[in-house]
Amino acid sequence: MEGNIAELGKYIGVGLTAIGMGGAAIGVGNVAGSYLSGALRNPSAAASQTATLFIGMAFAEALGIFSFLVALLLMFAV
Amino acid sequence: MSDQAKQSGGTGKVIFFAILALIVIAIFLVPTGHGGLAFHPMDQFEIKALFGGDIHWYTVTNATLWMGLTVLGVVLLLVVGSSGRAIVPSKGQSIAELTYGFVYKMLEDVGGKDAVRYFPYVMTLFCFIAFSNVLGLLPVSFTPTTHIAVTGVLALLVFVFVTVLGFVKNGAAFLELFWVKSAPLALRPVLAIIELISYFVRPVSHSIRLAGNMMAGHAVIKVFATFAAIKLIAPVSIAAIAAMYGLEILVAFIQAYVFTILTCVYLKDALHPAH
Amino acid sequence: MATETHGAVEGAAGMPQLELAHFPNQIFWLLVTLVVIYFVLSKVALPRISSVLAERSGTIMNDISAAEELKLKAQDAENAYNKALAEAKAEAQRISGEANAAIQAELDVALAKADAEIAAKAAESEAAIADIRDNAADSVKIVAKDTAKELVAAFGGKADAKTLTAAINARLKG
Repeated sequence: MEGNIAELGKYIGVGLTAIGMGGAAIGVGNVAGSYLSGALRNPSAAASQTATLFIGMAFAEALGIFSFLVALLLMFAV
Repeated sequence: MSDQAKQSGGTGKVIFFAILALIVIAIFLVPTGHGGLAFHPMDQFEIKALFGGDIHWYTVTNATLWMGLTVLGVVLLLVVGSSGRAIVPSKGQSIAELTYGFVYKMLEDVGGKDAVRYFPYVMTLFCFIAFSNVLGLLPVSFTPTTHIAVTGVLALLVFVFVTVLGFVKNGAAFLELFWVKSAPLALRPVLAIIELISYFVRPVSHSIRLAGNMMAGHAVIKVFATFAAIKLIAPVSIAAIAAMYGLEILVAFIQAYVFTILTCVYLKDALHPAH
Repeated sequence: MATETHGAVEGAAGMPQLELAHFPNQIFWLLVTLVVIYFVLSKVALPRISSVLAERSGTIMNDISAAEELKLKAQDAENAYNKALAEAKAEAQRISGEANAAIQAELDVALAKADAEIAAKAAESEAAIADIRDNAADSVKIVAKDTAKELVAAFGGKADAKTLTAAINARLKG
């Protein structure tokens, strides 16, 4: 198997960066889980908080998207 | 197939499984051509001139075509759909009114009463993103929102609009957005730096989130499709494509929703900067 | 791997999103699209939908107020009906009262008349009885006088009519 050491480093880097998306997954799951437990305690207030839920999910997800972006940049642009 | 569909009640189910079966059979019949798997998950995002030639800023490309189809979809839904003007709405009119009410309520709830003035702008963003996401899910289509150039311009438009609006409406008081009054005095400069950074990261995350989500979904589907060339795991791969496709339909709407609701949040910050 | 050759062939264009040469084209068409959608929405679609929604809510409001009005009317009608019923009842009461009074009056008159007749009859009878009693007394006097004269004559005396009458009167009184 030919190739150079830079390619190897690149792919290892991409793999490591992709781990960051796991963090975002935990974050989004945390947001949704907290929402659900809150909503089950007080269902009448749940409907008014869906917008907050999605905003929170979006913010949590944004950081995972950054690591996805870095992975893509490493993979294709570097 | 149609006889089968007529006999059983679940027409949609039968058609779905029939198509699935056809795809599986087609995959087994069509020879793969070359030995190794050909991974080209990113080819679907390429910009191509529709009528050949080099790509200048005015060239009609596949991006132009699909943006045009987006406009067509918006016109069909909101203009043709609502043309009945009926008191008791038809199906199309109901969908148009639901879309209108959905975005309007979102803007009013999140952005406040003053933000309602910018409703056409927010509605434009929502319609464009939702339609181009959903149309992009059609096979062999092109999704403009997978391109950072497109989403970046969308996000920058929001960013510039909101910043200018904030300064026009509040003057220098808009800077209070970065000066967290509820925090202890010693912490405020640190928080101000963090707030400033997060303010300027907004257009980046705003655009990358949309493009990244759409691109990732399409690329994953394409990767699964490539695996379908191996006969042994083709059924698994096709099942995975179907599952991803369902998820992508959800994501297409959620990302349009998220982009719009974040625009509303930014609008609210511009109109009422005080924490 | 395929990605490797792919990357080698197309270089930086491995990710079409980063092909800077295509940016102006996309941005131009995006702006055109957004402007078209914006004008279609703000000039045609949104005013139309909002007018339809306003019209619908107006219609619903109108219907509700019409229903309210009809309800009020129904209430009015019910009130009028109740009033008429009460009036009719009062009228009936009045009429029956009047009839009662009339009957009472007639009855009174008849009773008075009957009483008067009875009184008259009683008086007549009283008179007749008094008459009869007087006559009887007289008859008794005459019979007594005759009997006394006969008795006196039988005893051989000559009855003086004057003393006889006086004696009988004294006896009858005593």
